[in-house]
Amino acid sequence: MSQADLDVETLLARLEASLREELVRRRVDDPAMIGVHTGGAWIAEILHRRLGFSEPLGYLDISFYRDDYPQSGMNPDVRASKLPFRVDGRNIVLIDDVLYTGRTVRAALNEIFDYGRPAEIVLGVLIDRNGRQIPIQADCIGGRVELEPGQRIKLVGPEPLQLTIRAGGR
Amino acid sequence: MSATAAADIQLDASGRLRHFLTVEGLSRELLVRIMDTAESFAGVTAQNVKKVPLLRGKTVVNLFFENSTRTRTTFELAAKRLSADVLNINIATSATSKGESLLDTVRNLEAMHVDMFVVRHAQSGAAHFIARHVAPHISVLNAGDGRHAHPTQAMLDVFTIRRCKGEFAGLKVAIVGDILHSRVARSEIWALNTLGVDEVRVVAPKTLLPAHVEALGVVPYHDLSEGLRDVDVVIMLRLQLERMGSAFIPSEHEYFQRFGLTERRLEKARPDAIVMHPGPINRGIEIDSAIADGPRSVILPQVTNGIAVRMAVMSMAMHAGPDREVAA
Repeated sequence: MSQADLDVETLLARLEASLREELVRRRVDDPAMIGVHTGGAWIAEILHRRLGFSEPLGYLDISFYRDDYPQSGMNPDVRASKLPFRVDGRNIVLIDDVLYTGRTVRAALNEIFDYGRPAEIVLGVLIDRNGRQIPIQADCIGGRVELEPGQRIKLVGPEPLQLTIRAGGR
Repeated sequence: MSATAAADIQLDASGRLRHFLTVEGLSRELLVRIMDTAESFAGVTAQNVKKVPLLRGKTVVNLFFENSTRTRTTFELAAKRLSADVLNINIATSATSKGESLLDTVRNLEAMHVDMFVVRHAQSGAAHFIARHVAPHISVLNAGDGRHAHPTQAMLDVFTIRRCKGEFAGLKVAIVGDILHSRVARSEIWALNTLGVDEVRVVAPKTLLPAHVEALGVVPYHDLSEGLRDVDVVIMLRLQLERMGSAFIPSEHEYFQRFGLTERRLEKARPDAIVMHPGPINRGIEIDSAIADGPRSVILPQVTNGIAVRMAVMSMAMHAGPDREVAA
């Protein structure tokens, strides 16, 4: 995939269209949307506005739910999670920027269930990349990218939003 | 113990928290990080399941050589909200009362594969002593030692001030009461000065102020009305009746007459001043009930904030050791 294929606006438009289609298919109207800090929250803020959801946007910081916490310790930039709606019985759209190992989504699902039992959750991600470590997949995606082992793709922003591919590091 | 020595044992090679024994010597950045982390933990109470899995599988021992229901309970609740297992060791009925040394008690608990000691002790320096002798994977938190330090109480107090006032710069804070016997006051003075408040005042009769108290970075007052003039925060201390003989104050009644916080005296403070107290309150001795239960009192929010602050300190200390650092 070239840098041109990583145009955030194009990927966002595809993700938006895919979400509209999926929500119609599932007959879900006015779901509650949650963005995962930090990149997922940026994406969710844009989609929340474009899709015209009436429920205020929720935010999750999954730092307290990470399964590598005993190894990596406390994230110094942890933010408070805020879900300004009841989760019980709700249809939820969960948004993250990059789906990679699947561990962030797993942590997000664990955290959501600590707030209540949703009716269903639709997972939307801007980029789906290879390297899954646990069996989690997105329902809606903006685009797919194949990266070499050790390569990382990162959303920087929020103004402007830009996807960059880096070798190694976190 | 000097500030440098205290910081040395509290921080790992990367400057991160390993033990939490005193506020003395810790940087402003670290204190802010503790408060920021506590802010995130405060949101955990909004969940149906008021727990996060951070310390699942870890064992926290509340090692209390001195009674304190409130502090022990909030440490216990903090550990449980982090999903840790908690042991409460009642020292009055433990082996130490049968002659076992403090170190033997610690060694035996270590052999049970515990991960953290929360220590309260009547002797200053007890938590430092334990921290110097525990295995490398164990963290020690000071829950109050003698007249020396009560760092988590100080942190929950400054966290409460930040939640009410936003910034520390420009604030005038008065700490009123038994400064001499108060480990809370000592820790609060360190925290407030590190965080950059404009002025810390201590208000007390001369018999309840340490000699050369100005060296701590405070302005002493012996008249409550003067000491409260234009302050933003009033921290009332408990008169530690169990720690003093009769020589320090003529009588409780006379103490209240001169240093008790009443509505009339509180009028000297700024109109939006908040009133704090670490508890338990001696009503009618250091504070009037009308104030303690009034709209400016943040005494109960202090208790609530204490859980989030202790969750922050526990989680930060438990995973900061260099021997536990592994690349993610």
